[in-house]
Amino acid sequence: MTMNGWIQIIVFLGVIFLIAKPLGIFMARVFDREKTFLDPVLRPVERILYKLTGVNESEEMKWGEYCISMLIFSLVSMLVLYLIQRGQGLLPFNPQKLAGVAPDLAFNTAASFSTNTNWQSYTPETTMSYFTQMAGLAYHNFMSAAVGIALAIAFIRGVVRREKETIGNFWVDMTRATLWILLPMCFIFALALVSQGVVQNFRAYDTVKLLEPQHIQKTGADGKAVTQTVSEQVIAQGPVASQEAIKMLGTNGGGFFNANSAHPFENPTPFSNFLQMLAIFAIPAGLTYTLGIMTGAKLHGWAVWSAMAILFLAGVTVAYWAESQANPLLHGVDQHATLMQSGGNMEGKEVRFGIADSALFATVTTDASCGAINGVHDSFMPLGGMVPLVNIMLGEVVFGGVGSGLYGMLIFVVLTVFIAGLMVGRTPEYLGKKIEAYDVKMAMLSVLIFPLTVLVFTAISSAAPSFGTSATSNSGPHGLTEILYAYTSTVGNNGSAFAGLSANTHWYNVSLGISMIFGRFLVIVPMLAIAGNLAQKKAIPPSLGTFPVTTPLFTLLLVSVIVIVGALTFFPALSLGPILEHLLMNAGKAF
Amino acid sequence: MKKQLMTAFLMTIATTVLLGILYPLAVTALSQIFFRDQANGQLIPKDGHLVGSRLIGQVFTGPGYFHSRPSAAGDGYDATASGGSNFGPTNQKLIDRVNGDTSRLQAENPNTPVPVDLVTASGSGLDPEISPAAAEFQIPRVARERRMSEDKLKQLIAAHTRGRWLGLLGEPGVRVLELNLALDAEK
Repeated sequence: MTMNGWIQIIVFLGVIFLIAKPLGIFMARVFDREKTFLDPVLRPVERILYKLTGVNESEEMKWGEYCISMLIFSLVSMLVLYLIQRGQGLLPFNPQKLAGVAPDLAFNTAASFSTNTNWQSYTPETTMSYFTQMAGLAYHNFMSAAVGIALAIAFIRGVVRREKETIGNFWVDMTRATLWILLPMCFIFALALVSQGVVQNFRAYDTVKLLEPQHIQKTGADGKAVTQTVSEQVIAQGPVASQEAIKMLGTNGGGFFNANSAHPFENPTPFSNFLQMLAIFAIPAGLTYTLGIMTGAKLHGWAVWSAMAILFLAGVTVAYWAESQANPLLHGVDQHATLMQSGGNMEGKEVRFGIADSALFATVTTDASCGAINGVHDSFMPLGGMVPLVNIMLGEVVFGGVGSGLYGMLIFVVLTVFIAGLMVGRTPEYLGKKIEAYDVKMAMLSVLIFPLTVLVFTAISSAAPSFGTSATSNSGPHGLTEILYAYTSTVGNNGSAFAGLSANTHWYNVSLGISMIFGRFLVIVPMLAIAGNLAQKKAIPPSLGTFPVTTPLFTLLLVSVIVIVGALTFFPALSLGPILEHLLMNAGKAF
Repeated sequence: MKKQLMTAFLMTIATTVLLGILYPLAVTALSQIFFRDQANGQLIPKDGHLVGSRLIGQVFTGPGYFHSRPSAAGDGYDATASGGSNFGPTNQKLIDRVNGDTSRLQAENPNTPVPVDLVTASGSGLDPEISPAAAEFQIPRVARERRMSEDKLKQLIAAHTRGRWLGLLGEPGVRVLELNLALDAEK
C-alpha cells in the first residue's frame, strides 16, 4: 500500500461527500415538482411524453397500483428487449452482420438488463449489434435506473405522508428521474469520456497491420501442429461513450465490450476511471440528502450517509491491503510497490490503474449494484475477491444502486429501529411512524429472499458435476467461490462476475435469469407494501422513549445490524470459499 | 390493467426513440465534431495504412522490440475478444505460466527479479502499457539487439511514459506500440 494510493481513496470519498448535498437538493426539487433551471427545456418534452402515452400527471397511486404499473412496465420492456435481440439480424446499425441471439441467452440478457443487473453471459463484440446495444441494452440502463429512483422516492413518501392512501404516480416519477436526472448528467459525462478517448462511432471494426506479424503454434484438426501467421489486428468499435455514461450513472455495469471498464476503449485513462467511480456513487449519495430533505430530518440523511461511508472504508481497506500483497506461489517475480511499478497482484489488472484504483473500483462497483469492472475479480487474491462478494451479500446498501441502495438501506433502518425498540422495551418508531408487526414481517421477507435464492441455487450447482461444477475454470475452493459469486451477483442485481465461470449454458442462463428476477421484484413488492402501510399511519410526536435516528449511536447500530445479518447468513459459505483458499494459499497449496 | 398495459407499451416505444436512438446519435454527432480522433479510436497511420491504435496493445516477440504483457484475449491481443485469464491466485495454470515466462525473461536479464506486470495478463487482454520497471528490465536485450546505447533507450522510454494524472491519479505506464514505432524510426 502506498501513500499515493490512500490519497486517491480519500480524495474520492471527499468528492462524494461534496456532491451529496447539491445533487440531493436538486433531486428533492425534481420529485416535489418544484421549479428547476432545466424546466424550460424539459417540461415541454415531459408533457409530450404524457400526451403520447395517456398518463394523467396529477393522478396519485396507492402502493398496489404503483407496484403493478412498475411490474407491467418492466415486463413489457423486457419483452421488447428479447425481441430486439432475436431479430437484430433484420435491424439497422449492424455493420458486423451479427445474427439473432439464441433464445436462452436472449432471455437471460433481457432479464439481466431490465432488472438493473447487467449480468453478461455473452461476449458483446461478437454477439450484440450496435442497434441492440443502443436501443436495447443502453435503453434499459436508463429505464431500470429510473425505476429504481422512482421506487426509492415512493418509499420516502410513504415515510413522510400521514394518513394518506397514495405514494405518488409511477409514470411521473420514472419520467422525471429520466429527463431531469439521468439524461442531462449522461450527456455531459459521455462527452467528458470521449475527450479521454472512449470511442463513439458507428464504424465497422477497423483492421490494422501489425508492426510485427506473429507466428502462432496451434494444433490442427488432424492433431498435427500447425503454424498460423497473424499479420492483422481487428479492432472493435461502436457507440461506446453514450452507453458507458448511463452504465455508470445508472449503476448498471454492463460493458459495451467483454472486458468492461478494463477495456482501453471503455476506460482509457486514470481520469476517466476516477469519473466512472464518481458516477457510480453520485446519485446514491445524493439520494441520502434527498431523504434528509423530504423527511425534514437532514441529520438523518447524514447519519445514513455516514453508515455507508464506514462500510465503504472498511471494504476498500481490506481489498487494497489484500491486492497489495505478493502471491506467495510465484517465484523470481518482483511484486513490491516502487516508484517504477505498482507491484502486488497484477494478474487481471491494467497498468494504468495499478493496485489502488483496481481495489477501489472493485469496492465501489459492488458497494453499489453497478457491477462494472476495471480488473478481473476472479483473479483477485482470495481475501481481495471476498470484498466485492461480501459487499453484494450485505445487500448493496453502501450507497448502493440508484434508488435500490436507498430503499435497501431503509429496510435495514426499519430493522434497526425495531431492534432498538426491543432493547428498551418500547414500540419502535421511525420518524414519527410506529413500526408494527406487518412492517417488520415485510422487511424480513425482503431481507430473506436474498440468501434463500443465493444459497439454494449455489448448493444445487455445487452438487451437480454435469451441469454445475463443470462450468468452473478454477478448481478447489476458488471454484466454489465462482459459483457463489454468480448467484450472489445476480440475486443482488450487481452483474459483476468471477468470470471464469462459463455461464452461457442452459442451466446457468435460466437459473441466473430467475435469480435476477427474484432478486429485483420479490424485494420490491414487500418494500412498497411497507411504504403503503406507513403512508396510512398517523404521526406521533417524539417522546423520551423515541430512539433518535440522527445520532452517531444510530449510525453505529445500523452498521452493526447490516454486518450481523450478512455475516450470520453467509459466513459458512465464505469460509468454504475465499477464506479456505487464503489459508491454503499461504500454506503453499495450488490447484 | 388494460390501460396500464397500453401506457407501458407506448412508454417503451416513446422512450426507446428518445434514449435509445436520439441520445446516442446526438452524442455521436458532438463527439465527431469536437473530439474526432478520440471518438474514432486514435488509430495510427503509417506508410498509407493503419498500424494500430494508441490505446490497444499488440503482441511483440522479436528481441529487438519491447514486449507487451501476456494477453488472454483470443490468441493474444485480439481486439474482438477482450478479457482476462480469470485464473485465481491458487490456479496451477497461472503459476505454471508465470514461472515459464519468468525463467525465459531471467535468461536474458539474469539476477534481476522480473517486474510483476511483465508476467501477468491484464484484465482487458489489450493493455497498451507496461510499467516503467518492466520497460527498464528489457533495456539490455533491446540494446544488444539494436546496438543502441542504454542511455538512448532510457530517453526514448522516458519520452513515451505517461505519468499519473495531475501527479495523483492512476499509475505511470509506458505505451509499448508507440515506443516500438519510435525505435523503428531511429534506424
